[in-house]
Amino acid sequence: MNEAAKEVSQARGEAVIQDPTGLHARPAVKLTKLAKRHEATVEVRAGAEGAWVNAKSPNAVMKLKAAHGETLFFKADGADAAAAVAALVSLVERDFDG
Amino acid sequence: MSERGSERVFKGLAAAEGLVIGEIAHDAVARLGGRRVGNAAEECDALLQAVAQAKDELGALIAAQDELAAEILEFQEALLEDDDLLAPIFKAIQDGKTANGAWDEAMDKEIAEYRSGDDEYLSARADDLADLKLRVLQALSGDGRRRNDDLAAGAILVAEDLTPSRFLELDWKRLGGAAIRGGSPTSHVAILARARGVPLMVGLEAEIEGLAGGTTAILDPQAGTLVLAPSAASLAAARTRKSAQALEAARAASGLSEAAATADGTPVRILINVDDPRILDNLSPEICDGIGLTRTEFLFQGEGLPDEAEQLRVYEKILAWAGGRPVTIRTLDAGGDKPIAGLSQKAEENPFLGIRGLRLSLAHPEVFRVQLRALARAAAEGPLKVMVPMVSLPRELAQARELLDQVLAELAAEGTAHARPALGMMVEVPAAALMAADFEAEFYSIGSNDLVQYTLAAARDNPALAALAEPENPAVLELIRRTVEAAAARKVEVSLCGDLASDRQAVAALLDCGLRTLSVAPAQVGQIKEAVRGHSLTGDQG
Repeated sequence: MNEAAKEVSQARGEAVIQDPTGLHARPAVKLTKLAKRHEATVEVRAGAEGAWVNAKSPNAVMKLKAAHGETLFFKADGADAAAAVAALVSLVERDFDG
Repeated sequence: MSERGSERVFKGLAAAEGLVIGEIAHDAVARLGGRRVGNAAEECDALLQAVAQAKDELGALIAAQDELAAEILEFQEALLEDDDLLAPIFKAIQDGKTANGAWDEAMDKEIAEYRSGDDEYLSARADDLADLKLRVLQALSGDGRRRNDDLAAGAILVAEDLTPSRFLELDWKRLGGAAIRGGSPTSHVAILARARGVPLMVGLEAEIEGLAGGTTAILDPQAGTLVLAPSAASLAAARTRKSAQALEAARAASGLSEAAATADGTPVRILINVDDPRILDNLSPEICDGIGLTRTEFLFQGEGLPDEAEQLRVYEKILAWAGGRPVTIRTLDAGGDKPIAGLSQKAEENPFLGIRGLRLSLAHPEVFRVQLRALARAAAEGPLKVMVPMVSLPRELAQARELLDQVLAELAAEGTAHARPALGMMVEVPAAALMAADFEAEFYSIGSNDLVQYTLAAARDNPALAALAEPENPAVLELIRRTVEAAAARKVEVSLCGDLASDRQAVAALLDCGLRTLSVAPAQVGQIKEAVRGHSLTGDQG
């Protein structure tokens, strides 16, 4: 794979959690389900110092214990990486659709 | 435990109130294990099947239950599709562990991790993992679902613990209530029990095996007691209380469906606010005189904007529920604080004074027209009224009317069935309240939440300003009075649909302002009707 193609297949993004109770079970499930709809590998971390975990694993996402006001960082790698990150960022920005 | 004569009293914590007189029944204990262990491939297969069975069972439970239950169970369901969680377990089986052993060990490790931190929320999720662990182990043991049809009617179920999914499997129409040794008042089971009105006591201080099945008992979670083999006197007292409670509930229920009028006979219409039409499934239209506010933001929270057909379906469903009662639907009320993907502006310095409500709709006529078309088409099906939010100037309402007229002309030209809905406005901006008579609204609906915040310049979500944002402020009441007067002068209807209408302490003040229609939260209808009946208009005004 040449450099240009590689760039296209990777994406990053971030969004701040708005829900006052943080990333609780329902949003965590929504997030993983949305990530799973994409082929790219998607990772997420809570805060710039947090450890990256698989965004398709509800168990791992739950254990992020991401609180209200914290920033979720996404990175994806794969054919639809950009779409995956855009969808996830939008989900968080929409406050997980209430 | 303490003894009073022959009866024994066990203490516990209230999780959901109620009073039950019934016999003690034990929940069937899950039969685990007893399975012939096979080779690695067979064990992997056994776990795969157990996971699939658990997934089926949870899926069926989710489908049969309401939103709240689904919310609690869907995390468990998602865990069964978590490859990161499952793959190491299958690996352990290939390395020689049994299916039961590998599953048990992995889940225990996760449960310990969830409980280890000081994160209360995560600790509570450990119960969900424990619930899931047990469900899969049961599936592995091939015992199938635990029976619950042999428990006596009206029984008090006692158990070491009750998992959320087990709670949902039990038939609470038949059972009286439950007392469990485990649990806490904030656990998922407690939340479910309260939502379903199932009396539940947790943290029961008793050896469960010591409570003989079939013994008569009184469960009183509020008092924090389970009385075993109660004396004749205790039993009589409990029966008296129970019939008094039943009478009270019946009175409230009958009052709920009756129209409201003040003590001196002035009728007051009580409408309901609908945040999400799904709540209507469990609500009888008999309790109200119509819908005073239907929010439509929920329609815009999915992926992409809702099309005309989708909106029409929802509006028609609401009209069908109302069965001829008037239904007021508010057009999209979004803004910087409640953003809609692809529509609202993201970063506004001050979203509450920004492009929101009708301002946003007028800025996106292509989106607004779709909603107006769907509303005009639905209006052919019943008494529908359209309300626009966040109006400051008569010109804005006139623009909305022009768009509505255009849409009606279009529908007529197409030959599509439609009707002209009444077009009214929310009164939530002080400028609109002061000059209400200048607006050519076909009805007014006072949005007290925003009216309070804009009148007192106090954000409603800032607790430090709670004392300022007092809704019964004289300035707010004056604006309400003016709006009511404008409505009377123009001979159009006026109602109030903010939180203030659902506050029974405020009912008297609102009626004294001249309001005769209140739109309230569905759960508050009974209380507000009672408050109306308790108020005399002549008495207070002399």
